[in-house]
Amino acid sequence: MATAAPHVYPHRHLLGIEGLSAAEITVLLDRSEEYVDQNRRVDKKQSLLRGRTLINLFFESSTRTRTSFELAGKRLGADVINMSAEASSIRKGETLIDTAMTLNAMHPDALVVRHPHSGAVNLLAQKVDCAVINAGDGSHEHPTQALLDALTIRRRRGRLDGLIVAICGDILHSRVARSNIHLLITMGARVRVVAPPTLVSPLFDRMGVEVHTNMETGLEGVDIVMMLRLQTERMQGSYVPSVREYFHFYGLDYQKLAAAKPDALIMHPGPMNRGVEIDTDVADDIDRSVIREQVEMGVAVRMACLDILTSHLSNDPPADADAAA
Amino acid sequence: MARSFSKGDPGQVAYINARLIDPWDGRDEPGALLTEGSRIADIGPGLFSDGVPEGISTVDCGGHVLAPGLIDMRAFLGEPGFEHKETLATGSEAAAVGGVTTIICLPGTNPVIDDAALVEYIERRAREYAVVRVHPMGALTNGTEGHEMTEMGLLAEAGAVAFTDGDRFLADAQLMRRALSYASGLDLLIVQHLEEAALAGSGCMNEGELALRLGLPGIPIAAEVIALERDLRLVELTGGRYHAACVSAAESVTCLARAKARELPVSAGVAAHHFALNETAVGDYRTFAKTSPPLRAEEDRLAVIQGMRDGTIDVIVSDHSPQDQESKRQPFIQAASGIAGLETMLPLALELYHNGSLPLMRILEMMTAAPARLLGLAVGRLEVGAPADLVVIDLETPWRISEEGLVAKSKNTPFDRRPIQGRALRTVVAGHTVFEFTASA
Repeated sequence: MATAAPHVYPHRHLLGIEGLSAAEITVLLDRSEEYVDQNRRVDKKQSLLRGRTLINLFFESSTRTRTSFELAGKRLGADVINMSAEASSIRKGETLIDTAMTLNAMHPDALVVRHPHSGAVNLLAQKVDCAVINAGDGSHEHPTQALLDALTIRRRRGRLDGLIVAICGDILHSRVARSNIHLLITMGARVRVVAPPTLVSPLFDRMGVEVHTNMETGLEGVDIVMMLRLQTERMQGSYVPSVREYFHFYGLDYQKLAAAKPDALIMHPGPMNRGVEIDTDVADDIDRSVIREQVEMGVAVRMACLDILTSHLSNDPPADADAAA
Repeated sequence: MARSFSKGDPGQVAYINARLIDPWDGRDEPGALLTEGSRIADIGPGLFSDGVPEGISTVDCGGHVLAPGLIDMRAFLGEPGFEHKETLATGSEAAAVGGVTTIICLPGTNPVIDDAALVEYIERRAREYAVVRVHPMGALTNGTEGHEMTEMGLLAEAGAVAFTDGDRFLADAQLMRRALSYASGLDLLIVQHLEEAALAGSGCMNEGELALRLGLPGIPIAAEVIALERDLRLVELTGGRYHAACVSAAESVTCLARAKARELPVSAGVAAHHFALNETAVGDYRTFAKTSPPLRAEEDRLAVIQGMRDGTIDVIVSDHSPQDQESKRQPFIQAASGIAGLETMLPLALELYHNGSLPLMRILEMMTAAPARLLGLAVGRLEVGAPADLVVIDLETPWRISEEGLVAKSKNTPFDRRPIQGRALRTVVAGHTVFEFTASA
């Protein structure tokens, strides 16, 4: 794989950003770019994945990511099936491996998986024959989110290299933060993480980022401010004393934003807690906030990932098709 | 192939052409040993120099080491309640393969071994089904729930050799103080799993850069050190005999060394995986490398080995924790902890001899004389009149550990494919050979 030619994404799955090269990331972003244009046309539908089956397997509730993958699959002409933990046999005690084996026997071409536990998607990917896309596993990775963030930045700023990006909020538990750190560092950006000490570890510097615990210094001179969602269960006393105190010190408002570059972009993976991590006016600032654009890029990125990963699949019937029938 | 040691008379057996090593008294010399029935009848360099008399069966040790059978002070055998993971029969067969002739099993069964009748049950079942000796530790608190102490005296009379809540840390400092105090009156040993539970939280591996990258909650070393430091204070208050079950961190070794310098009645064990592996074994969410306490950083591993060398750490244990496939084939945070370690303890310990970390005598002491002294057992020595529990060890032959090759019921090992050197060739319990290695296997 190390000798693969440039302009190729040589992996079977997309489980995380860590370990991908700048060239591989660029392949995914360039392809995504093409789909942005296509998605703005009236006729958005393609038949590239006609006959292919995409299963969205969500062990953790999600509306936007699941919808985004569903749209991406349908626009490429695939048959899309959604399975969520509420409706599935996971609730009946079936193990993750059994679920994987069961779905694998139905010959899907791509599985999009979200799971509350880190590493669960890697585990599942070992047991299936199709392409697997990680749609978020625990606190580990959420690669398509990092790709859509990168695409958003690249389209606005023309590059990633040399930009200063501050990622703010619950870094410790965030898969979005980890994927973004890996991607941005690989692409040559400078990354700062900003959080109260309970929600970040000084060890993040080993990933090549600067660790800040003060928003004003953390945001000083940055090109991009990326806010993260703070989970409700972490707001009241366990990690931070209260919502009010968190917003006071770490919520993004115009006062704190003043430390950033005057044209700094504001990003958020959603769903936002207005008044917790981000002030409503800042979130809706049409000159600065690219939050809705991120959502648009999400569909394009997921189309590109499905396109590239399924292009690796064989068009021959599976070897055991007869035996299985 | 393995036979029970409690039935029949093995008669007289001469073990000749051996390198006799007995850490109990420091013996290391060529010689021979005679067993008669279940006991050692004679030993020495000149024994059988004129040949073995007729009527005595002969075992030629081929110049290999003949040592007291190993004592594993910490193993979980699934009976009762977890027979799908391990039984006294399968666990003891695994032990025999690993050169272990005495297993000290943990009380965290279902039901918990917190009652004298259950101790007797284990002893009776072991006599019937196990191929090596098995003695249980009794629970320290009823149900290992940490609320009230067990009838330690009665459990000890029934055969419990020490007291522990297994893989649960007794969090209640008052109760721990009283348990140590009460046990001191009966000279009983209390064994503690070092993990301050609230601080460990939902942690599932060593806290550090790797856990951070993997997005897994970590267990800080402080969770172990706080538990140990607290207990050492209570030992000081009470004078109770205290044993730290499995030390994993450099700082714990430092704490123990300080306590020993002050002559507190403390001792400590180390699981083979804590000197054979570090946290990088977790790699890409490898649940077979999930242990409690977790595998630590390389500097911790090295400090643990130093502690073994200088005597701060007293015993080597397998911390045998059999887990079925379903318990391990889970997302890392949900997967069960533990390694099936009975068969790999000795060869992993021998790595420390081969790489010059520890003298062979010290390594064997940590699995024979040291646990025998701590637990007051009659085994663990090559002495005339002592039980004939022996192991013949080939120190040199290289081989590879393989998961399929394990005889334990659960085969959860992170050591699959690991090249290794040395193994038990023959395991003898009470004069009976219960395991003999055959090269074709």
